[in-house]
Amino acid sequence: MSETKTVALFTTCMVDQIMPEVGVATVHLLRRLGYEVAFPEAQTCCGQPFYNSGFQKETANLARRTIEILEPYEAVVLPGGSCTTMIRLEYAHLLADEPDWLRRANELAAKTFELSQFLAREGVELSGDATPSASSGQAATGQPITYHDSCHMCRMLGLKEEPREALTAVGYTITEMAESDRCCGFGGLFSIRMPEVSNAMTADKLRQAEATGAHTIVTADPGCLMQMRGLAEGVEVKHLAVALEEVTR
Amino acid sequence: MTKFREAAFVAIEDVRLQSSLEGATGRFRSARETALAELPDSDEMRDHFKRLRAATLAQLALHLETFAANAVKAGAQVHWAGNAQEASQIVLEIAQAHGVELAAKSKSMATEEIHLNEVLAEAGITPVETDLGEWIIQLAGEPPSHIIAPAIHKTKEQVADLFSQESGKPLSATDIPQLTEEARRMLRQKFLTAGLGISGGNIMVAETGSIVLVTNEGNGRMVTSVPPVHVAVIGIEKIVPDWNGAAVWLSLLARSATGQPMSIYTSVITGPARADDPDGPAEVHIVLLDNGRSQLVNTEYEEALQCIRCGACLNICPVYREAGGHAYGSPYSGPIGAVVSPLLFGLENYPALPQASTLCGACLDVCPARIDLPRMLLALRAEEVKQNLLPWHERKAEETAAAVLARKRVMGLSTKTLRVLQRPFVRENSLRVPERMNPGNGRKLPALAKKSFHQLWKDGEV
Ligand code: SF4
Repeated sequence: MSETKTVALFTTCMVDQIMPEVGVATVHLLRRLGYEVAFPEAQTCCGQPFYNSGFQKETANLARRTIEILEPYEAVVLPGGSCTTMIRLEYAHLLADEPDWLRRANELAAKTFELSQFLAREGVELSGDATPSASSGQAATGQPITYHDSCHMCRMLGLKEEPREALTAVGYTITEMAESDRCCGFGGLFSIRMPEVSNAMTADKLRQAEATGAHTIVTADPGCLMQMRGLAEGVEVKHLAVALEEVTR
Repeated sequence: MTKFREAAFVAIEDVRLQSSLEGATGRFRSARETALAELPDSDEMRDHFKRLRAATLAQLALHLETFAANAVKAGAQVHWAGNAQEASQIVLEIAQAHGVELAAKSKSMATEEIHLNEVLAEAGITPVETDLGEWIIQLAGEPPSHIIAPAIHKTKEQVADLFSQESGKPLSATDIPQLTEEARRMLRQKFLTAGLGISGGNIMVAETGSIVLVTNEGNGRMVTSVPPVHVAVIGIEKIVPDWNGAAVWLSLLARSATGQPMSIYTSVITGPARADDPDGPAEVHIVLLDNGRSQLVNTEYEEALQCIRCGACLNICPVYREAGGHAYGSPYSGPIGAVVSPLLFGLENYPALPQASTLCGACLDVCPARIDLPRMLLALRAEEVKQNLLPWHERKAEETAAAVLARKRVMGLSTKTLRVLQRPFVRENSLRVPERMNPGNGRKLPALAKKSFHQLWKDGEV
């Protein structure tokens, strides 16, 4: 890299409030790779929870606000596939009838990336030491991990290879579960509107993950992470950013 | 608690149901994948099929008129039914005109939709389902729980019990050939005595006025050829201009549904028996069922009419796989059911269905017509907000949360307050509340972190 590139971090509201360590890991990882990280402090929520519940007017407010806050930057990185989908794909639908906003939405979409998508696009060479002697967590035991594909990230953004390549590059061995792209049961408000169905889905997900023998499930979405942690017992659930950061120190 | 949630809960607790569901949908899923992989380019074929369905529906009225004219030319009688009641009335009148006492039916979602069996039974006419799965649930007095496998929720033990009762002799669940043999014997009698055969139809081919019917048991062929009169009830959207299109349709239907390259029986019905083609019924009636379909044309929901009822979206749906079909309270279950039930039968009658999805998108992945069901579920949710169909407290909560998140300062203050309030309940990063107050129903809820990322950043700790 000839000159330092500045990327803006959009933490997502869930990371901001519930798992800030994921945001911290993202920042550290990006800095280590030579990026300057900015954190536009006015940011709150991309609007996805409201969009998924049908509150379009409220969502459009949050979308316009988020566009204003993020558009000055060269690139925006998110530690979450679902919110990236919201900005990359859904803002344009939402603001389709407002030509000026639509243009701005499209411009922002083109420079907004989920973390592993950003790393792959930039062609950064990751190297790490997720081997028995390395730092902490499961990586330290040399156990294989399994990767959960979050729905929007793999189906709408088409990011299946990118997170796996990043994990493998830093030394993890991934053991695939039976249906890695089967929904974890979160679905935002779905998880409290229909908690019985939601939990049954999560239980099935965890069963498939545990059947691989892995002790760690890695996922790139804060929502899935929270959902699986809510029911996981024998298995650790870790965010992609954390999994990457802790073995590249 | 919504009806969907209640019924889904019952299904989740039912261990036998869960294992039947997981087993059967799993077999369908892997068979589908294998069968599609056999095509030179199934993705391209699905794209082509999507274009074909969209183009056909764009001129639906024209194709229906061509179909009707050609069907009449072939000697069939065509009836137009605006709604469910009209459709079942038409069938009833045909039955009564012929003094029918027993009607043999092959599997048909359209007749489920119009509750034909109830209407016939009330008028003293006995409808007998002859598709094995349909017959099983008819004996059990239950509605179908899957578009193509209506008895998917039943175990073989339950089937053996039902058949033993019906035949009056004890039948064993371990002897499947004996069970089917017995069913065959009992049903054969019905075919021979029925005065009317009732079927659905998978495809109407406009250029020849033909109906295509696919089955795996051959019962469809018996129903449409043995009784002296045949009535087919078909949704108006199941139409294709010509045989080239029908060929694509057929090849995707069987592969997507059961993973077969082709169904065991594919019957083409073009009018009744005539001098140069003396086999078959003396009369063929075709009831074209609208029942809310034409209202979807030219709306954002038109795409739903492209459905060919293959059931692939049910088999992949992680919600359907837990909740089962009955939870949807409609003949159409799964993702497509969650979309068309509110559209055809009223959003106010099915307020929970648009919510019965995580919008994971697995259905769109497998649909042979690439119908964007998640998009329509979202549109229906927006419609619920517009029509004020959400519970009052949910609406308020959403509006308030959105308002808070739209103001950074208010958000900072509210989350600070929440951090204080949650203190007594936090254990190891989770909120521990009394179980009856836990909206996650046994799932641990996350606590707010001691410091938000915003705070960490401000404090120079990142
Ligand atoms: S929506 Fe698609 S996948 Fe579902 S039944 Fe219809 S055609 Fe099949």
